[in-house]
Amino acid sequence: MSKHVNRREFIRLAGLGAAGLTVANPILDWAKGEILTRDTLPGMYSKRTPTYCEVCFWKCAGWVHHNEKGEIWKITGNAEDPHCNGRFCPRGTGGVGMYYDEDRLKTPLIRTEERGKQVFREASWDEAFTYIAEKMEMIKEKWGPECMALFTHGSGGHYLGHMLQAYGSNNVAAPSYAQCRGPREVGFIGTFGEGVGSPERTDIRDSRCLVLIGSHIGENMHNGQVQEFSELVDKGGTVITVDPRFSTAASKSKYWLPIKPATDMALLLSWIHVLIYDELYDKKYVEKYAYGFDELKAHVKNFTPEWAYGITTIKPHVIRETAREMANASPAVIIHPGRHVTWYGDDTQRLRAVAILNALLGSWGRRGGFYNPVKPTVPKVKHPPYPKPKRDWREAFPDKYKLAGLALASGLCDATVPNVERDCAIKGWIVNGTNLIHTLPNQKNTLEAIQALELLVVIDTMPMEITGYADVILPECTYLERYDDLRVSAHREGSIALRVPAAEKKYNTRSAWEMARGLGIKLGLKDYFPFKTQAEELDWQLEQMGSSLAEMEKIGVKKFARPYDDLYPLEGLPDYEFWTNTGKIELYATQFAMEGYAPLPGYKAHEEPPYGFYRLIYGRAPMHTFSRTTNNPNLHDLMDENTVWVNPKVAKEWGLKNGQAIWLENQDGVISSSSIKVRVTERIRFDSVYMVHGFGHTNKKLTRSAGRGASDAELITRVHVDPEMGGTGMRGNFVTFRFEPAEEVIA
Amino acid sequence: MRYAMAIDTRRCVGCSDCVVACQTENDVPVGYCRDWIVESMSGTYPELQLEIRSERCNHCSDAPCVRACPTQASHVGKGGIVLVEESECIGCKACIASCPYDARYVHPEGYVDKCTFCIHRVEKGQNPACVDVCPTHAMIFGDMDDLNSDIAKLVARRKWKTLIPEAGTKPNIYYLL
Amino acid sequence: MVEEIITSGRMTPEVDPILHIWGWEIPLYLFLGGFAAGILFFSALFTLQNKENRYSMAVKALPLAVPVLLAIGLGALFLDLSHKLYFWQLYTNIRWESPMSWGAWTLMLVTPLSILWAASWIEDLFPNLDLRYDWLKEAIRTIRQYQKPMAWALIVLAVILGMYTGILLSAFNARPFWNSAIMGPLFLTSGLSAAAAAITLLTKEHAERSLFTKIDLILIAVELFFIIHLFMGFLASTQVHIQAAEMFLGGEFTVPFWVWVVGIGLAIPALLEILELRKRFVPTYVPALMVIAGSLMLRFIVVEAGQASRWLY
Repeated sequence: MSKHVNRREFIRLAGLGAAGLTVANPILDWAKGEILTRDTLPGMYSKRTPTYCEVCFWKCAGWVHHNEKGEIWKITGNAEDPHCNGRFCPRGTGGVGMYYDEDRLKTPLIRTEERGKQVFREASWDEAFTYIAEKMEMIKEKWGPECMALFTHGSGGHYLGHMLQAYGSNNVAAPSYAQCRGPREVGFIGTFGEGVGSPERTDIRDSRCLVLIGSHIGENMHNGQVQEFSELVDKGGTVITVDPRFSTAASKSKYWLPIKPATDMALLLSWIHVLIYDELYDKKYVEKYAYGFDELKAHVKNFTPEWAYGITTIKPHVIRETAREMANASPAVIIHPGRHVTWYGDDTQRLRAVAILNALLGSWGRRGGFYNPVKPTVPKVKHPPYPKPKRDWREAFPDKYKLAGLALASGLCDATVPNVERDCAIKGWIVNGTNLIHTLPNQKNTLEAIQALELLVVIDTMPMEITGYADVILPECTYLERYDDLRVSAHREGSIALRVPAAEKKYNTRSAWEMARGLGIKLGLKDYFPFKTQAEELDWQLEQMGSSLAEMEKIGVKKFARPYDDLYPLEGLPDYEFWTNTGKIELYATQFAMEGYAPLPGYKAHEEPPYGFYRLIYGRAPMHTFSRTTNNPNLHDLMDENTVWVNPKVAKEWGLKNGQAIWLENQDGVISSSSIKVRVTERIRFDSVYMVHGFGHTNKKLTRSAGRGASDAELITRVHVDPEMGGTGMRGNFVTFRFEPAEEVIA
Repeated sequence: MRYAMAIDTRRCVGCSDCVVACQTENDVPVGYCRDWIVESMSGTYPELQLEIRSERCNHCSDAPCVRACPTQASHVGKGGIVLVEESECIGCKACIASCPYDARYVHPEGYVDKCTFCIHRVEKGQNPACVDVCPTHAMIFGDMDDLNSDIAKLVARRKWKTLIPEAGTKPNIYYLL
Repeated sequence: MVEEIITSGRMTPEVDPILHIWGWEIPLYLFLGGFAAGILFFSALFTLQNKENRYSMAVKALPLAVPVLLAIGLGALFLDLSHKLYFWQLYTNIRWESPMSWGAWTLMLVTPLSILWAASWIEDLFPNLDLRYDWLKEAIRTIRQYQKPMAWALIVLAVILGMYTGILLSAFNARPFWNSAIMGPLFLTSGLSAAAAAITLLTKEHAERSLFTKIDLILIAVELFFIIHLFMGFLASTQVHIQAAEMFLGGEFTVPFWVWVVGIGLAIPALLEILELRKRFVPTYVPALMVIAGSLMLRFIVVEAGQASRWLY
């Protein structure tokens, strides 16, 4: 053995691959139900089985097709599905690779030695559940059930959340809130009384002008949205893209505003200024629905395009011209709220500015702007009431993040790190389908929290960085091998979609439903799980909705007609009451004022990169979903590593060549653990570098993706927390280039 | 009848879905592909332009690969689709050398493989898999000889280009500009 | 700047990042084919001139090696095929437009003929050889009757074979560096030159050595002329051809080509041969081996460079 060890602690999942073939009986539990007795899986006798995609959160419904041997062959979209309109994106099409990936977690694992040694042994499901239940009982007794937390991403989370709530804790967080779209929801709720939701309620299909601010549609493959975007481009609609990078969307735009990064707020405020002072806004709409127009007008008086030019480097005439373009298209104009908006810590305020712009242009509730989605209600399974938790994560942050509507993943993480100021430290985590090491910024903090835990359970299909730190690893079967919660879609039309197993479970894996139930029973919560099989539960739910499992297996997606003709409720300017304090669109946000936050968005300069450093901008590639797909054989084949985009001027200064492997070092001296190849390209501004998020895996069990490319997440050590809702702003990190790796630490 | 494909570079976002759909549809082994995405950028920041293309065999009307083949394994099938008959291919690779588009490769089983326009689907009246999967509807497939077909009308109406027409191959993939 | 990249991660074996479908097998096959063609050409030529006894190395002895050279060449070709079990398909098809087909059929004629040709000289070379079987003696006697017509056939086939080794490459329009009509004559000349060099290397007769040294000098001069015109042609052609030529005029193939092929393979041996003809002492094997090595290198470099030249990106 070499004397050198990895800088961070890396984990040997001993004997992980050995026992893949023993499939325990309980796995076939689902087939024993009274209603649905059958010997074979649906996939074995029908040519296609319905599913909805789990490769990203868009959750497109589709069909799994089988070859003549009954094996999974390919996946295609369901033509009835409003999320995909019959066409999957590359990740959905390549979803088969998730099932066939031989690096999958294959059997439950329990750490055998004390923390730090990190050697695992194989365990049976019963053993694993017993181990977890004992620890959870201990935590409940010593500190109370509120000291357990669940981090979840994906469709199985609902069942695990149910289990945790039955146990007595409501600390259930999805990183998609505080690390991604939270500020957008808070900003829009603060303005319109309603959030944007997912899929976004943007009516791009019928829009005539789309404004993208740092949103890279096309590189993010939010399927239905990309489809509508292309439609808009083809029809000759105006696209205005604000991005320091020449993104795919920028290349299809009538206007590309290559803004200086971190100055978006100045541009937004000057657009508001132009709309108001050039009287381009929708006067009737604003008069009828808006509250606080005069305050806003006074507030933006000095935010002229000339003022913004000095900050953003966007020329005043371009700011005016683009504002006029928006006004010309009004109300069929969308200032897109984006999705991943946790950038600089004033994100809620920035999204407020976006919401205000939309309000001034009268696009909310109008055709070509923001439509009014409908969502069918699915009956909930009857169970005893949840015990009332005595406290939750909020108590760890008195007087902070008062506008947060959902639990913060980063907040739960912070509340785990022991701190004398807090009486509640979280002691146990269940982490489902989210690789917190890459997902949460500031890895050092995450690892510190992990070291303070009494119990860390990780549920995933793949070994990830987080699985290495687990006490117990529960291998989940992929979405192609399980029933799941119905996908209930809020869209122009409401719909539900069904997922059924397309193949026998590979290896000794289980679904989240089975895990939640199995663990719940161990915890003495059997009453909360009235159904023996998930098929039974689904069939019961579907029956309440006037369908059945059998029907849904044939159609996959069921649409529900809108009860009222209110897709564009503000068309024709009827009387309307918004879900805000004033019942109006709040240009001046009263809720913000009440909680002590700025009621009108203002401009705050953000830190700029020091000499020799470049702002780290990260984004998506259409063929990958974060760090979870980089090992998928099909998708790895499309993109096997990320590159760091460097402007040719910068490359020349540093002597960087295309394809040269370098290391990145951030402002805090953190060096990327793997190298990354340089892509010299004009498509990025000279003061920034860009890389696709999700690469640079360090877990060697990921045989394809380990060490390929670099991880932006590990370079994000400085977090600007959004005071309104606790979002973790991640775009305030700067990197420089290194020609050699970090020195290895000698053990 | 002349099968052809029109690919709208305005609509295409370069997501690679056509690539992976082809791979799963046709059981193309991992590490190989019958179609691929090219991004072609020019200019100096911030005056830039980008063209994105999904590329594949051009099913040339004057196919050099068919001429180069010593065994007739490479042949022109129905509607001008250029095909390889596995059981006649000796693996001399002359066709690969003759293709200016690098559209062919040696399948791990030894024969030369390439895009077939999903002839197994076309024969059933369906579109090639890449066309049917494209989320942005950037691809249109059809018969150029039928003046009423969508593709013939689109190609007639729009500005287009083909790839390296100067190579004299008479390609049948039209890139709409 | 211009950036043209494949973003779907294409990394097809033997195709990306640059084409590399043909390794050592094809250039070796092309060299041996050209070399054998050269040998047969001289053998047939001097047979027709009735100088078989004067130039016995060229006419009688060296052709014995031809079936072996062709067998090795065909073996290399066979090794290169990736779908070997279907090899026979070459001979159930005649494809006029396919150089590969031309080659297969040319070799189908040349190889048996070269065996008969070699057999026809066996008694001249080994007068004491006991052929044991009467039918064999009879067969060889019959063959010898047809030496003249065979020579006529061989001289034509040898030219076709020698040219073919270049035409195989020049027929590929898709690879700009190969796509020059000069490739055929160049390879033919190079094959003849290698054969002439081999004769000077092996013959013990002064007259024969002297004649073939002179022939070789002329061939080298012709080859140099072809090479200059090859590049002239490229530089006067389209952008991709200019780019192809630039690989040799400052690009990655500059040193290997100008040092190995032109320097060691042509210019230096030519100088040495001139010195030799002027009665300066030069060991004959030095220029001869240099010419043969240069001829081999020419195939390797041309095959490699052609694959590196392209139309797109």
